[in-house]
Amino acid sequence: MTAGTHPLTDTQTQALIRRLTALADDEIILAHRGGEWTGHAPILEEDIALANIAQDELGHAGLYLTLRADLDGSDPDRLAFFRDPSQYTNTRLVELPKGDWAFTMVRQFLYDTFEALWMEAATRSTYAPLAEVAAKAVREEKFHVQHTALWVERLALGTPESERRTQAALTELWPHAAQLFQPVESEAELVHSGLLPDLNAVHARWTGLVTRHLTDKCGLTLPATPDTQPGRDTHTEHLAPLLAEMQSVARAHPTAELW
Amino acid sequence: MTTTHPTPDAIWTALAAVPDPEIPVVSITDMGMVRDVTVSDAGRVTVTFTPTFSGCPALHVIKGSIEQAVRDLGAADVEVRSTLTPPWTTDWIGDDARERLRQYGIAPPAPTGEGQLIQLDAEPTRCPRCGSLNVRMTASFGPTLCKRMYVCDTCREPFEGFKSV
Repeated sequence: MTAGTHPLTDTQTQALIRRLTALADDEIILAHRGGEWTGHAPILEEDIALANIAQDELGHAGLYLTLRADLDGSDPDRLAFFRDPSQYTNTRLVELPKGDWAFTMVRQFLYDTFEALWMEAATRSTYAPLAEVAAKAVREEKFHVQHTALWVERLALGTPESERRTQAALTELWPHAAQLFQPVESEAELVHSGLLPDLNAVHARWTGLVTRHLTDKCGLTLPATPDTQPGRDTHTEHLAPLLAEMQSVARAHPTAELW
Repeated sequence: MTTTHPTPDAIWTALAAVPDPEIPVVSITDMGMVRDVTVSDAGRVTVTFTPTFSGCPALHVIKGSIEQAVRDLGAADVEVRSTLTPPWTTDWIGDDARERLRQYGIAPPAPTGEGQLIQLDAEPTRCPRCGSLNVRMTASFGPTLCKRMYVCDTCREPFEGFKSV
């Protein structure tokens, strides 16, 4: 397998496929959760904002899965719509039910900041196709971070009720966020050769950024970070019904040209 | 008598008439989406374009429109490629197109500059109708991925503004 100027070993190719798929799966599942607010958000502008954010996330998933297709010839649509829950590698963070507005915004903030920082680091990848995708997507991600950072602040510093809900959301979500920084199998080798960002470095930057925002600016309390988290192959009971709904049209019409 | 192939100049001219499906007042060349046009000796036309936003649903339409515009010039062998390098930026929108956007009621994008990745302050925006800077953003996201919603506190009109990317 060669790509760009770097011939990849088989181990490297498989690890890169795992990382790209993990990124894409998080985007797809979170986009679906965001889409669940369409018609239900507190105000019309937020309906539109979440739909926009979900659309960007699906665009990014498409970019990642296209990179994967270059490596193994897979079909992005089939991967999205015909894999079972056991084959999805998203974090538990993104598959939890949408919850209330505070839950949605806190989750989105934790995820968007991770994604923006990871992409920013990935612009320096020695794997040119990934560096290009990251340079493109990080500009779009900036708007998500600005938007959700502001919402978390608004809710945390709003009324006693909004503060209570925001703190409850953070307490529940914080342990799950740690999963974003778990390496996939053989990822270290790709980090070592400069193809992928070092997740530990991204984690350190992310922790600094979100801690400053959540505690200093918003007055929230961070719960303890758990020592261990289940892997990306372990899902909650919430993923299967999500996929059943998301994939229903594609599976009812598997030979359709367009959906 | 062999058929003559369309020249790159003729193709650029034809593409300059292809509207952006979501903002018909500007064309895809105005937006800086067309990056390259080549015609081989055998008459194979290759057009390279770059997507604006990766999730933009108009991309399929644009790709089809490019192909059709080139075929309408008599080219039989057309390939439309997309590239991400360099990534599209609103800085590529020409001055003439910015003015047309403004007349259409959309505030053109401010220069991007390489600001910090995480900046909570948006770029300054001018009301496209009265030119006032006394404007408020009413929604960070709008009817398309590339725009946001504002209201002008001077002339009281709501308007859309282009994001700077």
